[in-house]
Amino acid sequence: MSPSLSLALLQVVDRQAPAEFWPWFVATLVKLVALFTIYMIVVAYTTLAERKVSAWMQDRYGPNRVGPRGLFQPLADGLKNIMKEETLPPYANKVLFMLAPAMAFIPAMILWAVIPFAAPWASPWGRIEMQLAPLPIGLLFVIAFSSLGVYGIVLAGWSSNNKYALLGGLRSSAQMVSYEISMGMSLIPVLLVAGNVTLNEIVNQQASLHLWNVLTLGVGFFLYTVSAFAETNRLPFDLPEAESELITGYHTEYSAMKFSLFFIAEYANMLTQSAMIATLFFGGWDIPFMRADNVGAVSFPLVLLSFAIMFAKTLFFLFFFIWIRWTLPRFRYDQLMSIGWKVLLPIALAYIVIVAGTLLALDAAGLKRDFVYGAILFAVNAVLAVVMFRILDRGRIVSPAYGRLDPQELARLRSVSRARTHLTVSAGD
Amino acid sequence: MPNFFYQFNFYLFGLIAIASALLFVTRKSPVAAALWLVNVMFALAALYVMLDAHFVGVVQIIVYAGAIMVVFLFVVMLLNLGDPKEISDVSGKWGRLAAGLVGLALIAQIMTLARSSAPPSLVQPPDRVADDLKALNALGTIAKPLFGEYLLAFEVTSLLLLVAIVGAVVLGRRRAAS
Repeated sequence: MSPSLSLALLQVVDRQAPAEFWPWFVATLVKLVALFTIYMIVVAYTTLAERKVSAWMQDRYGPNRVGPRGLFQPLADGLKNIMKEETLPPYANKVLFMLAPAMAFIPAMILWAVIPFAAPWASPWGRIEMQLAPLPIGLLFVIAFSSLGVYGIVLAGWSSNNKYALLGGLRSSAQMVSYEISMGMSLIPVLLVAGNVTLNEIVNQQASLHLWNVLTLGVGFFLYTVSAFAETNRLPFDLPEAESELITGYHTEYSAMKFSLFFIAEYANMLTQSAMIATLFFGGWDIPFMRADNVGAVSFPLVLLSFAIMFAKTLFFLFFFIWIRWTLPRFRYDQLMSIGWKVLLPIALAYIVIVAGTLLALDAAGLKRDFVYGAILFAVNAVLAVVMFRILDRGRIVSPAYGRLDPQELARLRSVSRARTHLTVSAGD
Repeated sequence: MPNFFYQFNFYLFGLIAIASALLFVTRKSPVAAALWLVNVMFALAALYVMLDAHFVGVVQIIVYAGAIMVVFLFVVMLLNLGDPKEISDVSGKWGRLAAGLVGLALIAQIMTLARSSAPPSLVQPPDRVADDLKALNALGTIAKPLFGEYLLAFEVTSLLLLVAIVGAVVLGRRRAAS
């Protein structure tokens, strides 16, 4: 053992300073393996959760044959999909047909490289970030790679050489390109408040305001969540695979494991988006009502606790995705497009201006970034939410099921739409 | 050791970019060509990141790979363009010869530029980028000059883009009416 090395071992390492190369390398490998394992298990069990929750909401049992209470159902599904015959349509573009399922799945997984999943650990070897790659452009990385998932779906649709698949692929690319814009715009207020693009800083900023972004930027949360549903192709925006009109859309021609990979991609995207919502608007790994976790690197039990908190928040939003799916009906395609371009985008743009103006005024008034600052932002958002949902909306989108129209007005609108489309509109519409 | 790693990555991504660009111009199928172009964009983004231009690298992916190429693919798939010979801009012996000459001229230019040295007023002080990154983080290095020093140029450019958008809409409408 060389003298400098033994000296380094004897010295007490500053636990807040970044770790040296080898501890960092080993920690990264461990994080990589652990994260990937947990990720794949959660994705597999989300498929079971979807079926169980839908069964629960519809007063059924759901899968309950494989293992105790059907707990081994994902394993059985995986085994079945591997054993099944793979088909290749004779006129498909072979290379792209094979590549598409992987291209749908990989972007969702790559995003986990930048999501911080726990508080940094003050290890005996120095500070270890609980994030695979602390990039200086964290959030922009997320925006960039979440926009790449569309390639898998578009190419699956095109390479299958099938009309339904192509229509599904085209629908999805139009939908994802449209909603990507409002998604990016809804994130700008978060950046304005945080003053930084790294995700760890966004978490720390929420902790320092003593208020999570869901309160200080409530309207932004709403816009982001709606766009996230559209980006993940989940109901009420699952137009690309609308079974009733397109068979199953872009994966009509797929079978066996390649078919199942599209589902894994969908659930992987949900998981990633849930973690993003938790990080950006619900404080990420920040433990509620606790200060000890926001003092830089912390002890190992606290790291585990913050990881559990992050995990719980993520699982809640996974449940939220499923909950919405079995509650709301599907939008029509023209409604989907007009909501994206005519509703979400203008609101997001106006919201950026309002938030930027508020921040400018608060900073000019010399307010420190603490609880009062957050409370004022919350008040502004509460007013904006009322304006948005009650005054601007007037029951047109948010509550169409019982729309606040008087019967005469409803009859007039129906006669107009009947005259326009020459189709009879059933009373249920 | 880090220097070797840097060199290795530089040549790796450089080769990927060149190989993908060659494949992009030689593919018969428009969809395959578009996908190879996406690959070029990725390799370029990696090179930008290696130059400490994180923001430019990630914008390269957001704008080109995430938006423009998706719209390209969309159009290519919808039109299902036929034989590449019919849609090619460069046709015949003379056209190819001219294209080849332009390419050679460009390569010669790059070679000359690589060998010449820039006037000292244009050369940045050695640690400028690293210092800026430390002081302003990855976004501030772009945002500060863009919305300060060069605000007018920036706004004029956005006006130019607006004119282009309005022009596209006008041209599209006229064709539909006739």
